[in-house]
Amino acid sequence: MVDYLLLLISTVLVNNFVLVKFLGLCPFMGVSSRTETAIGMSFATTFVMTVASLLSYLVNNYILAPFGLQYLTTMAFILVIAVVVQFTEMVVHKTSAKLYRTLGIFLPLITTNCAVLGVALLNINQQNNFFESIIYGFGAALGFSLVLILFSAMREKLASADVPEPFKGPAIALITAGLMSLAFMGFTGLVQL
Amino acid sequence: MNILIAILILGSMCLLFGALLGYAAVKFKVDSDPIVDQLDALLPQTQCGQCGYPGCKPYAEAVANGEAINKCAPGGEDTIKKIADLMGVEVQPLDGSHEQDNTPKVAFIIEEDCIGCTKCIQACPVDAIIGAAKQMHTIITDECTGCDLCVAPCPVDCIKMIPIKTTTHNWQWDLHSIPINVLDNVIENTNMVKDQEGLTTSEVNS
Repeated sequence: MVDYLLLLISTVLVNNFVLVKFLGLCPFMGVSSRTETAIGMSFATTFVMTVASLLSYLVNNYILAPFGLQYLTTMAFILVIAVVVQFTEMVVHKTSAKLYRTLGIFLPLITTNCAVLGVALLNINQQNNFFESIIYGFGAALGFSLVLILFSAMREKLASADVPEPFKGPAIALITAGLMSLAFMGFTGLVQL
Repeated sequence: MNILIAILILGSMCLLFGALLGYAAVKFKVDSDPIVDQLDALLPQTQCGQCGYPGCKPYAEAVANGEAINKCAPGGEDTIKKIADLMGVEVQPLDGSHEQDNTPKVAFIIEEDCIGCTKCIQACPVDAIIGAAKQMHTIITDECTGCDLCVAPCPVDCIKMIPIKTTTHNWQWDLHSIPINVLDNVIENTNMVKDQEGLTTSEVNS
């Protein structure tokens, strides 16, 4: 139990996918201009990442491994992720048309969010078991959401701040992201796995 | 042999996921109500909110769910008649609480009194008011739909609704509906008369 908790904290803070492993930077910069969209994106990505890591574990261990087809992992995982994303898109479209409109193109783009594929592949690299895979996926998504929402809150403040002309827009956003990344480096050594 | 197994496994996975998505597409099908879109097309799209709904689309949805059809003041009798046709119900007179005289109006800001509070700008559904904070505002007459939503928010009551006078410019000239029959022999006769007077057709026209 403690192990799982440590794994969760380690993925959320210490090995944060966005700021430490630098995965999933596209939605991190793209969807973070408004907090509302960032929260919506966080929920969608959390769902996709958790389910994708679960399914990819099952696919790898019960379909690919018995036939010695591990060289197909990338392809098979992309397939799994694409299906989960499509499924999520349909559900979001059905349940919340507003969220569907706000997320727009970024929802299908979760497919190509490298953090999602990263979770699936790292699960295999680290030889995580079933529950560890789910927690790893969920933790990665939680870390992604945390950073995305924090970052969007900062960008909303930045939008009205008096930023020097050359730093306006993406420039100051990237600098902010870099500083956040530095701050997250401070968590190194919090958990030893 | 190995490659065949790989193809088979991946193929069956694709088939399985495809079937799952196909099922989900049917199960989570989003059907936008066609009647709502048709009703929305009939409404005047002033988004004035006089019907008590936040805009024309919400009112269209409400009508589709059985709300009274006679609440659209800007649309007037015409719109009610069209909605009645579409919904297959009786034509009703315009709801008393939403009644207004149907003369087209346009908002006018008494500019000496305007304090530049921008409240009317926020209220305007069609962005027909220009101005900025502490700057006098004015109305773009061509854009104004006469929904009088800007009248209530004004703290100094400097907006009034002026009826638009019917002039030759805004009279709805429906010239196509008046048939003009030109008889061939009449033209011939006039041409002959002109020729006799020594005038060419072009000179007459100019």
